[in-house]
Amino acid sequence: MTSLRLDAGGSMIDRARPLQFRWGRTRLAGLAGDTLASALMANGESVFARSFKYHRPRGLLAAGLEEPNAIVQWQEGRLTSPNLKATTLELHDGLIAAPVNAWPSPQFDLLAANGWIKRFIPAAFYYKTFIWPHWHLFEPAIRRAAGLGLAPVHPDPDSYAQHVDQVDCLVVGAGLAGLQEAASLARQGKKVILAESDPWPGGAIFGPAHDTERAQANRLAAELSACPNVRVLLRTTVLALQDDGLVTMLERLTDHLPVAQRQGPRHRLWKLRARDLVLATGAHERPLVFDGNDRPGVMLASAAGQLLERQAVSPGRRLVLAANNDRAWDAALALAMAGLGVAGIMDARTAADPARVAVATVLGIRMEFETVPWRARGSRHITAVETARIIAGGAARPTGTAIACDTLLMSGGYSPVVHLHGQAGGQLVWHDGVQAFLPVPGALPCRMVGAAAGDGLGHVRPVWHISADPRRPSAKAFVDFQNDVTAADVALARSESFRAVEHLKRYTTLGMATDQGKTSNINGLAIMGGLAGLSPDTVGTTRFRPPYEPAPIGAFAGHRVGQLLRPVRRLPAHAAHASLGARFEEYGLWERPSCYPKAGETEADAVFREAAAVRAGVGLFDASPLGKIEVKGPDAANFLDRIYVGRVSTLRPGGCRYGLILNEHGIILDDGIVARIADDHFLVGTTSSNARIVHQHLEEWLQCEWPQLLVAIADVTQQWAVMNVAGPNARRLLEGLACDIDLDGAAFAHLGHREGHVEGVPCRMQRVSYTGELSFELAVPSRFALALHARLLACGADLGIVPFGIEAMMVLRTEKGFLHLGSDTDGTTFPDDVGFGAPVRLRKDDFIGRRSCLMPEAMRPDRRQLVGLQSVDGTLLPIGGHVLGKGQDRQSQGWVTSSVNSPALGRAVALAMVCAGRSRHGEEVVVWNRGGTQRARIVSPVAFDPKGERMHG
Amino acid sequence: MLEINCPWCGPRPEAEFRCGGEIPIIRPTPDCTDREWAAYLHERTNPKGMHRERWLHVLGCGMWIAAIRSTINHHITRTGPLAAPHDEASS
Amino acid sequence: MFGMNRSRSKPARYGLLSLLRGGFNGQRHWTPILNEPETPDRHYDVVIIGGGGHGLATAHYLAANHGITRVCVIERGWIGGGNTGRNTTVIRSNYFFPESAALYDLSLRLYEGLSRALEYNIMFSQRGMWMLAHDRHGMEMLHRSASAMLLNGVDAELHDGAGVRGRIPGLNPAPRFPIVGGLLQPRGGTARHDAVAWAYARAASRAGVHVLQNTEVTGLAQAGGRVVGVKTSRGDLSCDRVVAAVAGHSSVLANMAGLRLPIQSFALQAFVSEPVKPCLDTVLLSPATGIYLSQSDKGEIVLGAGLDLFISYAQRGSLPMMEQAAAGAIELFPQFSRLRFLRQWAGICDVVHDSSPILDESELAGLHFNCGWGTGGFKAIPAGGWLTAHHVATGEAHAIARPFGFSRFPTGAMIDEAAASGIAH
Ligand SMILES: Cc1cc2nc3c(=O)[nH]c(=O)nc-3n(C[C@H](O)[C@H](O)[C@H](O)COP(=O)(O)OP(=O)(O)OC[C@H]3O[C@@H](n4cnc5c(N)ncnc54)[C@H](O)[C@@H]3O)c2cc1C
Ligand SMILES: [Zn+2]
Repeated sequence: MTSLRLDAGGSMIDRARPLQFRWGRTRLAGLAGDTLASALMANGESVFARSFKYHRPRGLLAAGLEEPNAIVQWQEGRLTSPNLKATTLELHDGLIAAPVNAWPSPQFDLLAANGWIKRFIPAAFYYKTFIWPHWHLFEPAIRRAAGLGLAPVHPDPDSYAQHVDQVDCLVVGAGLAGLQEAASLARQGKKVILAESDPWPGGAIFGPAHDTERAQANRLAAELSACPNVRVLLRTTVLALQDDGLVTMLERLTDHLPVAQRQGPRHRLWKLRARDLVLATGAHERPLVFDGNDRPGVMLASAAGQLLERQAVSPGRRLVLAANNDRAWDAALALAMAGLGVAGIMDARTAADPARVAVATVLGIRMEFETVPWRARGSRHITAVETARIIAGGAARPTGTAIACDTLLMSGGYSPVVHLHGQAGGQLVWHDGVQAFLPVPGALPCRMVGAAAGDGLGHVRPVWHISADPRRPSAKAFVDFQNDVTAADVALARSESFRAVEHLKRYTTLGMATDQGKTSNINGLAIMGGLAGLSPDTVGTTRFRPPYEPAPIGAFAGHRVGQLLRPVRRLPAHAAHASLGARFEEYGLWERPSCYPKAGETEADAVFREAAAVRAGVGLFDASPLGKIEVKGPDAANFLDRIYVGRVSTLRPGGCRYGLILNEHGIILDDGIVARIADDHFLVGTTSSNARIVHQHLEEWLQCEWPQLLVAIADVTQQWAVMNVAGPNARRLLEGLACDIDLDGAAFAHLGHREGHVEGVPCRMQRVSYTGELSFELAVPSRFALALHARLLACGADLGIVPFGIEAMMVLRTEKGFLHLGSDTDGTTFPDDVGFGAPVRLRKDDFIGRRSCLMPEAMRPDRRQLVGLQSVDGTLLPIGGHVLGKGQDRQSQGWVTSSVNSPALGRAVALAMVCAGRSRHGEEVVVWNRGGTQRARIVSPVAFDPKGERMHG
Repeated sequence: MLEINCPWCGPRPEAEFRCGGEIPIIRPTPDCTDREWAAYLHERTNPKGMHRERWLHVLGCGMWIAAIRSTINHHITRTGPLAAPHDEASS
Repeated sequence: MFGMNRSRSKPARYGLLSLLRGGFNGQRHWTPILNEPETPDRHYDVVIIGGGGHGLATAHYLAANHGITRVCVIERGWIGGGNTGRNTTVIRSNYFFPESAALYDLSLRLYEGLSRALEYNIMFSQRGMWMLAHDRHGMEMLHRSASAMLLNGVDAELHDGAGVRGRIPGLNPAPRFPIVGGLLQPRGGTARHDAVAWAYARAASRAGVHVLQNTEVTGLAQAGGRVVGVKTSRGDLSCDRVVAAVAGHSSVLANMAGLRLPIQSFALQAFVSEPVKPCLDTVLLSPATGIYLSQSDKGEIVLGAGLDLFISYAQRGSLPMMEQAAAGAIELFPQFSRLRFLRQWAGICDVVHDSSPILDESELAGLHFNCGWGTGGFKAIPAGGWLTAHHVATGEAHAIARPFGFSRFPTGAMIDEAAASGIAH
């Protein structure tokens, strides 16, 4: 128990507002303005977690989102989230958090045994073993040991908002540089957003030496918050800078509030474009790499400085600083001036900033130059630090002295936060003075300022790792804390050919942890460079991959969850179907009645009854989703001739025709009825799922290939509701309606199209039949769908009209051998395969897909062709069952595509695609379904009314 | 998410568009050989660099437009109305 | 001595004993896995362009199956740094057409023995691979596929909705798109992608194959209608045959030979969450949302979605795809909403119209292509290498590779799995 809260200071905390929280099983108290990390420190907790691989005890390393160690499971039950960083969690009343990866507790953890066998399991050891007898035997245990926190088991109770916006300027980071930049842009009258991850502006200013900066930052923050053209977004992290300058940021709205006070969305994901983008993202301090640098009590100097400044927390009472730059001194000096014991400052350089040295002298702090930490002593916590001198060639020689301490502050220099710049493809260049990669200003839509651009980071003496022989980095000196990658692992990777940074990362997992290597990447690649005699520039960095900081999956999904993932599309007459007891199901894009079961009926019963009723009397089917595309203009006929397999220009006004539309590969894209309304006006009918696809197909060919044709196209699918009246009594039913269309068979024959009025409502009527019965399709403006539906039911009551659903329709059309696109065809089906070879061959002029139908493959005589299949015993054949020959050969010759029990025929009927099927009518085959077999005979696909007399009635 | 400058609607987000691939692609006459037809169907320049392509402003004006875009950094340097393929080829 | 490593000590064996020994010497006995010559030889029997899985496997099988070791693998960046090191590592052979099944099941069988054959743990985890069905039609297609797989000699199990739920705990009980069934290939699963590249590289290196990293092929030398060498950023090499296994860069390479390929390059993105304790014990693909996911041995939830919609050589992700992947993940597992995305990235896929590979010698004699794997070639690495090595060594395409040649384009004999079965690659 070394850390403590001081009696004075702490710019963020409110000592009058104590807060209660729970850490594991322990109840603790903190203050408003604490982070979970500072509150734990104030309570004297120093072991926050166990590391990923060796389960070593770990304390706090950093103060911000770069923290690798203090990973916690936040909240419980439905609100739990794994792997959050204690440094980024604001304390609130009732906060619950627990360490991850430690069982039963971070103080005493059973898997710490991994630490004892550490020497046998270096980086990537798993590639070299667990091969015999089999990886499967070891895998479960390895998997259980991996992973940090626990995935929630309940659906997320929170919602996530998304917001799209545009501003003149976005400034990222509200440290002094960002505040200055935002203020100057604001004074020019620009619309500015200033985004800051922390809950407060001001950035990393700490220590008495920076009173002027602090005052300036406070002044600017106040100025900006009063500016009407500025929006300061705190708790907002910029995650990504992507194509064409799109900025994604996550604003945390409620996480900092007590659970009872949370209202509205948890987070807001911003998608922002800014004309001017300024990155003032600061710099991350780097650890020094020496033996025991991961002991609790060893932390980054800046982290201690910030804890002191903001929350008046000191990590210890007797501190030592080890640094290689001036900036780090400020933390030690600030702590000393706050009355804490600073037992010494060691600096790797030969000298330091005289002003800081003078202050240290006044404070009576012992200073050693050209000195580095050799080893941190202690097990649960550091007790002393042994020192070493740097000698020629970068080797370190232990001095034999140790300084007793409870905290070692370290600073190995700073890495500017260039991630966003890197994500956007910006270049980096190594700077020898600050020993860091700096952004190269370039063509990117962003500017970098302040520490992010390397300003004020001083002169750094590189000490990438500390060991007696620089060619032999230590296995006790950690580079990546969360993933337990040591300096020796870097050397191991190199000795096994993994010299490239990306190889180093993948082989050792350096930088792959949840902190994405913010504190470790540069150390790792510099150690690699040192071993190879290369500058970090030559080694290069790994790619910066978004997001900069992990963000909830829910925030990216936004509203696209549950029913809103894809809103259900309902028919205009949905309510009527519902009141008839329809069973609804989604077919493609639409929710439609599958059938209308009566009390006690199974689905099969209902389908059978409905199909039988259509053949016997009359049925009513809602065909509204059928695609309807108007094609109009002097060249409309010419255009459609180029689209359809069959000619359209020979159609007379008032007539319609069935046709296939191919894609340019000759594959059937869609089928449907095309009607000629007038010489220059056509209505293209499509299947329900393909209305949009066909519309785009038509537009694409028209606009891109034949822009000279005078044609206009409009998709009117949703403007018209369509009711299909089918069955021998269909005409009798319609005769009961007020209708100005002559329904007489002679005047209005099969495949006719008429326009008129029904019950005073405009109506397009077609005599088309997918059932094989006498059939009328009545299209009325969608707002009349319910009325028409009701009228038809009423008029048909005497005739015993039966509403029927998709499944009965499937029965009827299968009996007739009518194609169902997507069931009987797939993405490999040519027109000839389904019996439309003749129209292709007959036409000598070109149309889309024609040439592909003449390729050798399309003309192969043994292609799969549409046939009927009749089971020998009359039972239902399984859809998806494969057709085999009668012999032993288990080579698939095709498959069953449609199969129903036919009420009209009193037996099952099926359609199938079978190799050379058209020439095999009469042949017996075997239908093979996952081992089961049935005998069947190849027959004509038209099982019912082969002459088609009924629909012509 | 790219920002695409539709010549009819102005700069709009990529989500409103659909990319239609390389232009110009010249459609051979029906008497071409199988090889020529296959090349038309399948072979593309697929350059690493500047690419002329067409986009459909599907959730906008419904027009196909032409664009020149870098396949290396995705940036679109020019957009304009779509010309007929043969004009496009000779431009 | 040709092709032997000049400067290296005896390569270290892998295994528990070796690790234990290392425990007492500071793990300092390990040796380079790659045979990287300081200066390449002037002539090779075979130059392989592309140090991804397919290039490295080709090198290994040339040596192991055909005794051809005067081979050099040339890699622009670092080995395995292309799609092989960026993919979501799903391995399966649940294919519809016999041609595809033969290819991918050969691969799966090789994978099953690969750790032992190469003395390198590639962590092939056969935790099963599921294809879900969300409606009647989807279920009918799964029936068609299941029987096709069984007829092709591939393992397959068909389950109804309850069966799927029983086997995949945590699936959304009330999804927007109902889960009415699923097709399981029990032998499917995932492996460590990097390990596959490294294992082949190590094995090939031990056989004497040279590996040149950081070396870009910038041109091809031709004479008498044949390819006779390659120009690289480190000088020219002559050789008898060249294998191009450069995935998304196949068109760029073909261009060097004056060829145009039936290929377009699209980015495919992947996403991982932060690591969590085991919560998903299989691989799952949901056609309704277009996403698939699994949990890595590190604990990350690994997610993939569809291809980007415009051609690209930029290996980077975008927000719209991330949003789609997120929505898909939550649809299947609403509890994953509070997990956090850790990283997103992309690889450049070589996409052919029928989504099947091209394994063939090109019009330029001596120049072979192993490409067109698109979004699904990780699972095919052993077979791709095996078959390419066969063609290069014997001068004739292996029977399994024959349907996947260039000739299928002018004849139209596509092998379009997605078109026939609805199962995308
Ligand atoms: C996000 C994503 C997810 C995927 N998921 C899966 C999956 O789950 N299952 C599956 O089976 N497949 C998957 N794939 C596909 C799979 O990754 C690839 O098909 C496979 O890795 C291809 O291997 P390759 O060796 O052909 O290519 P690569 O691994 O890409 O190797 C090609 C190499 O060639 C090099 N190169 C290129 N040009 C040159 C040159 N001029 N000179 C020298 N070298 C050059 C490149 O640098 C690269 O290293 C996925 C792909 C991606 C991008
Ligand atoms: Zn537009």
